[in-house]
Amino acid sequence: MARKLMRGNDALAEAAILAGCKAFFGYPITPQNEIPAYMADQLPLRGGVYLQAESEVSAINMVYGAAGAGARVMTSSSSPGISLKQEGISYIAAAELPCVIVNVMRCGPGLGGIHPSQGDYFQAVKGGGHGDYKLIVLAPGSVQEMADLTILAFDLADKWRNPVMILADGILGQMMEPVVFEEDLKINQVEKPWATTGAIGRKPNIINTLDIVPESLEQKNIALLTKYDEIRKQEVRWQEIHTEDADLILVAYGTSARVARSAMEEARKKGLKVGLFRPISLYPFPEGEISRLASSKTEFLTIEMSSGQMVEDVRLAVNGKCPVHFTNRLGGMVPTVEDILEKIEEIYEGSDH
Amino acid sequence: MDIVFQRPESMTGEQMHYCPGCTHGIIHRLVGEAIDDLDIREQTIGIASVGCSVFAYDYFNCDMQQASHGRAPAVATGIKRVLPDKMVFAYQGDGDLASIGMAEIVHAAARSENITVIFVNNAIYGMTSGQMAPTTLIGQKTTTTPRGRTVSEAGYPIKMCELLATLDGVTYLERVSSHDAKHILQAKRAIKKAFEIQQGGKGFAMVEVLSTCSVNWGMTPIESMDWLADNMIPYYPLGVFKDVSVEEGV
Ligand SMILES: Cc1ncc(C[n+]2csc(CCOP(=O)(O)OP(=O)(O)O)c2C)c(N)n1
Repeated sequence: MARKLMRGNDALAEAAILAGCKAFFGYPITPQNEIPAYMADQLPLRGGVYLQAESEVSAINMVYGAAGAGARVMTSSSSPGISLKQEGISYIAAAELPCVIVNVMRCGPGLGGIHPSQGDYFQAVKGGGHGDYKLIVLAPGSVQEMADLTILAFDLADKWRNPVMILADGILGQMMEPVVFEEDLKINQVEKPWATTGAIGRKPNIINTLDIVPESLEQKNIALLTKYDEIRKQEVRWQEIHTEDADLILVAYGTSARVARSAMEEARKKGLKVGLFRPISLYPFPEGEISRLASSKTEFLTIEMSSGQMVEDVRLAVNGKCPVHFTNRLGGMVPTVEDILEKIEEIYEGSDH
Repeated sequence: MDIVFQRPESMTGEQMHYCPGCTHGIIHRLVGEAIDDLDIREQTIGIASVGCSVFAYDYFNCDMQQASHGRAPAVATGIKRVLPDKMVFAYQGDGDLASIGMAEIVHAAARSENITVIFVNNAIYGMTSGQMAPTTLIGQKTTTTPRGRTVSEAGYPIKMCELLATLDGVTYLERVSSHDAKHILQAKRAIKKAFEIQQGGKGFAMVEVLSTCSVNWGMTPIESMDWLADNMIPYYPLGVFKDVSVEEGV
């Protein structure tokens, strides 16, 4: 298997094509522009369709149509564009259409800036659009994972008939690392008997999200919640490093987790028993795993490039069993190893309150 | 005995929810007849939009998707691009198509998407109970233009056929009416042609059908038909606004 040096966004796009993505609809926005460019270059040559939509609103509704017609389909954007897609994402979740939505996060609010951020965590994992629904949210931490989690995303989308979001950021999208693609990747093509492909010799299929009878809509809501419960049982993914003996566990995902890992290694050199817990699935959140690690002998430090979003889920999981500290950078700034080490030392000195 | 009239196979027979005097039901039937005539029911995927016709997915006996408000042309694009050999039509109201969905219809037309759009213009927002639409006539009273639409407050109604006719991507545009039998027959011919154009792979076709909303117009069904003829047709003239289906060859 050949190792190739690739940019994160390119690796993600290549992985989508290998995973059988047959249609891509997008709209330009930095820092994800390499994804549509790669798709425009490659998809038409490899049996798929690329289309630049007139807006993110339109792109996500094209995804709705194509997913409803049974195709493996993807869209990508960055924060402001993902905000525009929210109504469509709610419809897709309600209609239970499989698709992959990529958010290469940039800093906000508003037009914000084009530098990396993790400020869309709440939007991604708590709903984002209207109504009660959940996305499956995967957070890559390397270029290899930009590829691997994208392939997984297509499988999970089909398996659960649910939209899956890849929540990356500007650094993961732009940086280059070696990546390996499995040769002869097996695509888990599932039957989609519900898709609107023309009612040949069968009753018409209807892709719909409207139900004006409360008794009946409530049953649909319950069915969705039951599905999400099952997803929470089966699809939790995370990585732990040195948590066995740790008395301080760093919790971070994506780019923050890369810096946190270096900080952990530095701390270990100083003899501090620091570990790292990296959620890979942000929904479902690895709450049981964090809860298991929480005891009177541990403390947690959550590191984010946001004002403090995932830390709320860490606190819910810890449920008061031990202190949960927090450190962050904002506005497109990335925490440095020194920033995190300083915080770690404060915690050991007992001065972080 | 010969059967001279029956429900098109492309209609389900589900009882429609439309108000008395509304012509959505007639227009549905014309679409169903066109699909039957061309024998494409099993090849067709329809898109219901947000508006009074949202339940169209219960009335058409073919595969259907229900789109979010204004986005039917984008949903149609998504379907058609992955299933280019299928027939795809969108059925939209005037609020849906000419207001919130203006970008989607203009760009689908500009791209020459090979789809058929049935655009039902009743000069009002029906489903949300009678607000001003982008097509509401000057002077027309609605719940949000209680003293009649004025140019100074709300500008001018939008003529979609005229607007889209400026786009090179458009193959066929015709405005028809649904207020009497003669016009309904013409509407049927136009709708069928709009499907034939798609069948021939010739690009974007839209038929605008003037229609009524007796309840929200505050009129009897008969008064509404007359109001359409007397007020809508002078502002929204009937006819073919663009047809390059022949020039392009069969
Ligand atoms: C995003 C969004 N905005 C507003 C609405 C509310 N809404 C439902 S139907 C409708 C108007 C539809 O009017 P029109 O397209 O003219 O169709 P008609 O009902 O007259 O047939 C509106 C504004 C909605 N469902 N979604």
